[in-house]
Amino acid sequence: MVDKSLELFECGHRACGGCGAALAARLAMKGAGTNTIVVNSTGCMEVFSTPYPETAWKVPWIHSLFENASAVASGVEASLKKQRRGEKVVIMAGDGATFDIGMICISGAFERGHDFTYICYDNEAYMNTGIQRSGATPYDASTTTSPAGKCSFGNKRPKKDMPQIIAAHGAPYVATASIAYPADLMQKVERAVNTKGPCYVQVHAPCCTGWGFEGEQTLAIAKLAVETGLWINYEMVDGKVSKVKKVVKKPVEEYLKTQKRFRHLFKPARQDAEIAAIQAMADRNFEKYGIEIKLKKE
Amino acid sequence: MTRTEFWQGNTACAEGALAAGCNFFGGYPITPSTEVAEHMALRLPKKNGVFIQMEDELASMAAIIGASWTGARAMTATSGPGFSLMMENIGFAAMTETPCVIVNVQRGGPSTGQPTMGAQGDMMQCRFGSHGDYSVIALCPASVQEMFELTAKAFNLADRYRVPVFLMADEIVGHMREKITVPDSVERVARRELIRGTLPFAAGDDLVPGFATFGKGYGVHVTGLTHDERGYPCTTNVKIHHNLVKRLVDKVENARRDVADFDIINPDAGDVFIAYGAPVRTVQQVLHDNPGRKIGFLRIRTVWPFPDFALGQFKNARRFLVPEMNFGQIAREIERHVRVPVVSIPKLGGDLHLPGELMAALEARL
Repeated sequence: MVDKSLELFECGHRACGGCGAALAARLAMKGAGTNTIVVNSTGCMEVFSTPYPETAWKVPWIHSLFENASAVASGVEASLKKQRRGEKVVIMAGDGATFDIGMICISGAFERGHDFTYICYDNEAYMNTGIQRSGATPYDASTTTSPAGKCSFGNKRPKKDMPQIIAAHGAPYVATASIAYPADLMQKVERAVNTKGPCYVQVHAPCCTGWGFEGEQTLAIAKLAVETGLWINYEMVDGKVSKVKKVVKKPVEEYLKTQKRFRHLFKPARQDAEIAAIQAMADRNFEKYGIEIKLKKE
Repeated sequence: MTRTEFWQGNTACAEGALAAGCNFFGGYPITPSTEVAEHMALRLPKKNGVFIQMEDELASMAAIIGASWTGARAMTATSGPGFSLMMENIGFAAMTETPCVIVNVQRGGPSTGQPTMGAQGDMMQCRFGSHGDYSVIALCPASVQEMFELTAKAFNLADRYRVPVFLMADEIVGHMREKITVPDSVERVARRELIRGTLPFAAGDDLVPGFATFGKGYGVHVTGLTHDERGYPCTTNVKIHHNLVKRLVDKVENARRDVADFDIINPDAGDVFIAYGAPVRTVQQVLHDNPGRKIGFLRIRTVWPFPDFALGQFKNARRFLVPEMNFGQIAREIERHVRVPVVSIPKLGGDLHLPGELMAALEARL
C-alpha cells in the first residue's frame, strides 16, 4: 500500500507555481517509498529541485548527464545486486532526456533487463532551456524551435509512442499516468518498483510556463488531455494493454483552447483542417484503446 | 548601405551565418547557445533553408556533415556537454575534410558545470578533443559585432580549407546585447569544386583537394578510415596514413599567416597583454584607463591555428600577461613560442576579469 503521508520530495523547491513535473515527482516518490535511490537526468526537475544550497530530495540522489541516466542507473543496480542489497532504483527524466537524447542508453538498459523503474515526466518540450520541441511535443504545438507562423502551424510531427518502444524491449511493466489522477499515478509507480526488471511509467505533466496557461489550471488541463483522448492512461503488463482509463468523450478543442501553444489554431483565423487533424488523432486513440463511455440518451 | 541594430550576441551569430549563406542548421537546445538555434528556426524557413532539431549533439554534428556533402553551408551551435558529445563526429569531419561551422558558446565546466555563466575552458578541447592528429581553425569573438563578422568568416574559412571551423564564443559575448552595424552583404568565398578527371582527395600546393559534391556526377567515396587519394580505405599502409594525416595538419598550419586575424597595440612595450574573446574587453579598458603608460596588447581573433609569428613583433617584451577564463590553456601555448615569462591570469566562475585585477598583475614584480 502507498503511504500517502510520505514526503520524499519536499516543498521549498523552485518550480513555477502550478508545475506539473513537481507534482509528478512528489506523487511518484510516495509510490516509490523510502528505500529508493534516484538517478535524475539534466532538466527542469534537476534544476528546480536542487536550488543552492538546498535540495528537495530526501533520498540518495545523483544528477547524471542529459543522456545517460539509464546507464548510470544500470551501474547502480548491477552493483547493488552484486552486494545483495534491496534498494529500489528510480530514474527521473523529462521527455527530452527520454524521447530524444537518452534513447541509446534507455534501449541498452531495458534490453539488459536491469531492475529499475524509469519515470518520465512528460511536459512535451525542453522546458529547462526555454521551450524547444522534443519527440514528445504534440502535433501543431508552437515552441521556440517549431514556431507557428507564416511557414508553419508549429510542430510538424505527432508525439512519439515511447511506451510502445519500451514495451517492444520486453519490459514487464509499462504504464502511462497523469497528475490529474494522483491515486492511479502513485499505485502505478508502486507496482513498477515492485516488479522485477526494467519498468517504465510515463507521466503527463502539464507545464504552465511552456504551454501558456495560468498555474491554477494545471490539474484541469491535465484532466482535459485524458478526457479528449489526447492522453491515454493505461498499463501494459508483459506487452499487453490493460486497465485503460475510460472517459466521456470531449472534443479536442476544449483542451487546445486552454493553451497558448495552440493559440494559432484559433487566432487570427480558425484553422479547421488542423483542428480536425488533431481530432482525428484523438478519435483513433478512442478506437484503439476503446476508452469511450457512452452516456445513455434521456 | 549598412543598418544599425541592437542585438544579442547569439542573434548576431545566427544573422552572420545567414548573411554568409548558411542554409542548413542542425542543432539541439543547450544553454547558453540555444538562442542561435531559436533564431535559425525562425529565419531559415523564410529563406528556404533547412532547420532541423536533432535528437542530440552526436546527431547534430553528423547531420551538418551529411548536409555539407550535398553542397550546403551547414552549421550547428552548442555548449559544454554538447560540445563533448560532438567530438567523435568532429574528428570524422576533419578526416573527411568536410567544411562545417561549429559554434560553441562556452560555459563553465567540467560536466554540467555552470550553464548560464561564461568560460573559455574548451579552447584545448576544440584543438585536440577528437582522437588522432588533425588541425582546425578557431575564431574568438569579443563583441556582438564580432559574433556576426567572425561567424560569416567561419563559413568562408571552412569552405576554403575544407575543415571544421569553430566559433569559440562564450556566454558573455553570446548573451551580451550591444549596438551592431549590419552590412548589406558579406564576402563569400565559394567552395572549390573538384576538377573532373582529378582524384577527390588529391591536393595541389595548398594541400586542399577540390570538393566532389554529392549528386554532381562524382562517384565519390567518403570514409573516416584512412583513405588514399581516390578516397578508398587503406588502413594498413604506413606511408598513406602518414601522408594523409600530415596533409590534414599542414593544410591548416601552413595557412596560419593567411588565416591569422589579430591586432597589435604598442609593439615596443615591455609588458604585453595577450587576450581573445571576452577578456579582450577588460584589457581594452586597462589600456583606455592608462593612456600615458605603454602597455602592449596582442588581441587575437584566430586562436587556432595559433598565430605564433605575431609574438615576435613585440621585440622589447619582457613578459606576456594572459588573462583567460580558464587555467592558462592558451598561456601554455604561448609559452611554447617565447623565451620571456608568460604570466597566466586565470579567472573562473563566470565573471570577467576586473581592470583592477589586470592592473595588479601588471604591477606585480617580474
